[in-house]
Amino acid sequence: MATSVDTLGPPSTSVGVIGWLRKNLFSSWFNSILTIICLVLIYSVVSPLLIWAFTSARWTVITENLRLFMTGPYPPDQVWRVWLVLVIVSAMFGISASVFGGTIRTFGTWLAAGYLLLALLPFGGDGRVWLLANLAILVAGFLAGTRLQKWRAWVVAAWLVSFFATLVLLQGFSGSTVLPEIGTNQWGGLLLTFMLAVVSIVLSFPLGILLALGRRSHLPAIKIFSILYIELVRGVPLVTILFMTQIMLPLFLPQGMRVDNVVRAMAAFTLFTAAYMAENVRGGLQAIPGGQIEAAQALGLNNALVTLFIVLPQALRMVIPAIVSLFISLFKDTTLATIVALLELLGVGRSVLAQPEFLGLQTEVYVFIAAIFFVFSYAMSFASYRLEAALGVGKR
Amino acid sequence: MSSDVKDIIICKDVHKWFDRLHVLKGISLTVKTGEVIVVFGPSGSGKSTFIRTINRLEEHQRGTIIVDGIELTNDIRNIAAIRQEIGMVFQSFNLFPHLTVMQNITLAPMWVRHWSQEKSEQIAHDLLKRVGIPEQADKFPAQLSGGQQQRVAIARALAMQPKIMLFDEPTSALDPEMIKEVLDVMTELAKSGMTMIVVTHEMGFARNVADRMVFFDGGEIIEQGTPEQIFKNPQHDRTKLFLSQILH
Repeated sequence: MATSVDTLGPPSTSVGVIGWLRKNLFSSWFNSILTIICLVLIYSVVSPLLIWAFTSARWTVITENLRLFMTGPYPPDQVWRVWLVLVIVSAMFGISASVFGGTIRTFGTWLAAGYLLLALLPFGGDGRVWLLANLAILVAGFLAGTRLQKWRAWVVAAWLVSFFATLVLLQGFSGSTVLPEIGTNQWGGLLLTFMLAVVSIVLSFPLGILLALGRRSHLPAIKIFSILYIELVRGVPLVTILFMTQIMLPLFLPQGMRVDNVVRAMAAFTLFTAAYMAENVRGGLQAIPGGQIEAAQALGLNNALVTLFIVLPQALRMVIPAIVSLFISLFKDTTLATIVALLELLGVGRSVLAQPEFLGLQTEVYVFIAAIFFVFSYAMSFASYRLEAALGVGKR
Repeated sequence: MSSDVKDIIICKDVHKWFDRLHVLKGISLTVKTGEVIVVFGPSGSGKSTFIRTINRLEEHQRGTIIVDGIELTNDIRNIAAIRQEIGMVFQSFNLFPHLTVMQNITLAPMWVRHWSQEKSEQIAHDLLKRVGIPEQADKFPAQLSGGQQQRVAIARALAMQPKIMLFDEPTSALDPEMIKEVLDVMTELAKSGMTMIVVTHEMGFARNVADRMVFFDGGEIIEQGTPEQIFKNPQHDRTKLFLSQILH
């Protein structure tokens, strides 16, 4: 009996590695030539880079200054507070990974893998202990989270609380012996980069939404203010705003009140990002069909409820990709703080390079900094794709 | 109860302009409690605009509209009070795509009527049973067929326990095989004594269910009467012409 059509497998040349190569890379003589040219190009770029990275690069500039890269001028005997902050974050990630699952679980796994990898690297010091402690806390949080399935809202609230707890922990109190005050001018490195980015993201998000709604308001005063704000801020380079907040913010504050550089920089990033945020959100607001608003009004919902329950949830969902890419560029733009004398990651890099024993090691330092930025930017971008898929963006 | 005979909607000389375009030219219509009115007429005749003025989705610029004893003015409290008493069903359903069927139905009862979640969900379950889709409560609108979506939209409007229901061409966007399931729900609703104004071209529905038919053309009411009068003995040439075009 001949093989029936139902049981007939695909031809062996169209599946597997060979099939894939043939279909995608060598489907015609022209594509074959392109493939070979690309392989040659990739090889000629990557191989010197790898040879450099593993033979002639002097990574000691990174390992010996690792504390500086991570925390900058933060007092070395107080660095345990930064580690404690990381422990809080690990605990929250562990709990969230099991409570929410999905993308956060993926991140939790990456974080655990990252801790393990870093702990295995030969850095020495008590860093390894802290890293393993973080790994343990992450796993413990995950296990604890399995019993907290019903407490989702509380976990979200805990994230908010931990954000402020983190600020208090890092800042401390003046006169305290346990948590002596460490002014933000002593924050630095990746820690400062993170604090600038996180604070600016958390604050610019609601501010941007308010501005977007204000721009569509029927009240002329609010509308004009919003338009003026958005257009003025968008018409000025970020560097200018950074300098302006350094000089002008003190003018608006009462006599004797001093705001340090970091807070001024945070204000600049927040105000700048909020304007772009507002325009992104406005794009989403405009895309909501009029029928949605009419249906909600016909049910008797007032304007505030229509905005809160019908318009904003749909509008924000639509602009997630734009918002995340805005946050990614904000994260990278924090490097500009280096020009107002803040020692964030790039600033630390430059000060390390100024030391005589590390002269001429720019490549190592900048590659390291670029790699750090890439890892976190890619993580945000990855989260955005997963979030889009989970919320069904583009499906109605 | 006296409300059995009350005039629940009174429109007197209602005018409406879109910029310079005069779309409603002095509409006067009184609807009694429990009456089912079918509004029909060519597209662009102002029939949709007219029923949208009744719950103030469109503002009228001259004349008076009094719904359930409350006059529609710019007073936001009056508008809110009237909208709670009027349910509306749209041609394109306008369900909220980010909310489940259950959330679509319970949103207004919980936030406008301030009923408890249990009460609102109980009402929603009963209504979903009434419109024949009790098993779809946890789905999202996009997972339902057009006919099912429109029935959810009817349930959503009914959940506010309105005194009046407006239907703006509720079956025009539906595939032919789904029209009947929506009309059946509307027929049942009419039989239950709901006051309804229905803009539709479903003449079978009008013949069976309507107490009165109103023919719109060019922003005016040309003719009105019982289905019997309208179908058997239309008075105006324009009514005759329109009926001959849609009835073949």
